[in-house]
Amino acid sequence: MAQEPLLEVSHLSVTFATENGPLPAVRDVSFRLSAGETLALVGESGSGKSVASLALMRLVPPAPRVSLGGSAHFCAADGSRHDLLALAPDAMRRLRGNEISMIFQEPMTSLNPVHRIGEQIAEAIIFHQGASHRAALARAGELLEKVGIPDAHRRLSAFPHHLSGGMRQRVMIAMALACTPRVLIADEPTTALDVTVQAQILELLKELQHANGMAVVFITHNLGVVAEIADRVMVMYAGLIVEEGAMVPVMTRPRMPYTRGLLHSVPRIDPETLGSAPLTAIPGTVPDPLHLPPGCAFAPRCAHAEPACAAAPPPLEPAGEGRLVRCRRWRALAEAPA
Amino acid sequence: MTAGAPLVEVTGLRQWFRVGGGFFGRQDTVRAVEDVSFAIARGEVLGLVGESGSGKSTLGRAVVRMSVPTAGTIRFEGRDITRLGRRALRPIRPRMQFIFQDPFASLNPRMTVRQIVGAPLAIQRPELDPAARAGRVAEALQTVELSPAHLDRYPHEFSGGQRQRIGIARALIMEPRFLVADEPVSALDVSIQAQILNLLIAVRQKLGLTMLFISHDLAVVGHLCDRVAVMYLGRIVEIAPTRALFRCLRHPYSQALFSAAPVADPTLRRPRILLTGDLPSPLAPPSGCAFRSRCRHALPACATAVPPLREAAPGHAVRCIRDDVALGPPG
Repeated sequence: MAQEPLLEVSHLSVTFATENGPLPAVRDVSFRLSAGETLALVGESGSGKSVASLALMRLVPPAPRVSLGGSAHFCAADGSRHDLLALAPDAMRRLRGNEISMIFQEPMTSLNPVHRIGEQIAEAIIFHQGASHRAALARAGELLEKVGIPDAHRRLSAFPHHLSGGMRQRVMIAMALACTPRVLIADEPTTALDVTVQAQILELLKELQHANGMAVVFITHNLGVVAEIADRVMVMYAGLIVEEGAMVPVMTRPRMPYTRGLLHSVPRIDPETLGSAPLTAIPGTVPDPLHLPPGCAFAPRCAHAEPACAAAPPPLEPAGEGRLVRCRRWRALAEAPA
Repeated sequence: MTAGAPLVEVTGLRQWFRVGGGFFGRQDTVRAVEDVSFAIARGEVLGLVGESGSGKSTLGRAVVRMSVPTAGTIRFEGRDITRLGRRALRPIRPRMQFIFQDPFASLNPRMTVRQIVGAPLAIQRPELDPAARAGRVAEALQTVELSPAHLDRYPHEFSGGQRQRIGIARALIMEPRFLVADEPVSALDVSIQAQILNLLIAVRQKLGLTMLFISHDLAVVGHLCDRVAVMYLGRIVEIAPTRALFRCLRHPYSQALFSAAPVADPTLRRPRILLTGDLPSPLAPPSGCAFRSRCRHALPACATAVPPLREAAPGHAVRCIRDDVALGPPG
């Protein structure tokens, strides 16, 4: 615990200015990330998980279209601390793709189709480390080898369309890892891939993390993937953290009814109980961020909601085992069977 | 469940596509579906799993004659429909319907829900008077749990889950016997997925539907289907009743596929079989067993001939020459 966190996000908020008024996409999100740790960020589409990560990378449009609040202190390799949200654009550019990097969901659209993949990987090495073109390409070849691309050095001259989806995602990973980042933000890196390829990519990330002590923020909606890779889990709903804690307790004894709902929605592969009971779906849909309910955002879909839940927003409070829960009724529900 | 003749019977189905060509280009043949045979009993739900490029969607489309098969036969309600033309198919179409994967791309954005759901009726039953048609549309909406207040809205006003309900209502309005659902929940969030799966189970029971359910998600297929077929590079490599399959996986590819699916329970740790490399190109599949290039049990003999689909246990067929690699239940 004495170790200082690599990344400390406090009260992060992201609000988009729209024709219909301010749209709060991320509200009061705080978390810490230590070296070597994997934090899974879970939520449905529109929960704010991708926007939060883009804001940390400063890849959201500038004010006045988007307003950022809070702070995100990052501890750089030289020991200096920077607030990512307040850093000047050129200082941010020196960190981004270097000490903090990101893997995007869509390997098809995030690679430049008119440049050879070797050049695309080498670009970051030349920019951040001042390497020569030749040395950067050699390093790019090593990286491709490391991420498991067969015949790596010859593939340097391939264009993205020559590669399959799994291979392109490996190229994205190689690019993100080019400068050995301290923090990697991976936004649904395996969602577009087949399960067998997903298994290869998850294994690869684990290996690389083990070797470099890199911290990972892994954004996903797949709870199976969370169970595979996460040390801690943060569940988001309507822009807010609704539950956060160590992975195993959260996944096996969820406290927030939304987390429970998500876990019960997933069919299980168990030959004995197959299809015997209907899935417990969460009724309704996520609220419109422009018209959020005054109380708990999940209350309209919650089976356990009381009148008090709809009246005022519940606080995010400690629920033991280092866990945080945003639910007025978690104590009462903890005793009831899931 | 099995009563009399199967509703759908596919024998030796082959669907090839020509690619390339042109003046200088080389013409190639993609063998998307190769020698596929199966039957679906009345009231049965058959699941079809496989990865992208396995040919499962092509197969689903061919079965309801959205394409002209290259070879083989498709029998529907006992009748050979393989070579029927557009006009001859028309009276059969209402009895076999299709649900598409993408609820955003499969609904016309300029039509209201009333028009979308009523379109099949307008084409197939033009003699129906407007009141009768409106009644049928309202009934279909009720079946998929949408309110009549939604009738005059446009697709963009709905969430993904609601759009998929509209797509299901459109498929159900003709009171089909047979439904092909191609990844109907893959584009949806988990909580919404469960709603749509429960809906499909409910309408299946209510209407006694026979279904071909295509998905890459084994847990979803396991939850919904009576039998499951696993496809790899255009061929069925294993087919069995769901429970038997989940208890004992006999094909090395099925084993790898099942072991790769992440399970949302951290207390279950399973040994994982990592496949190396990617799916081979369907333009140039390996000789013999198409999976042998990635198979950890491959023998020299696997390269010589395509293994036949042999019955390893009652109702459980597998396309593998080895019978000593069966794996117990996952978990």
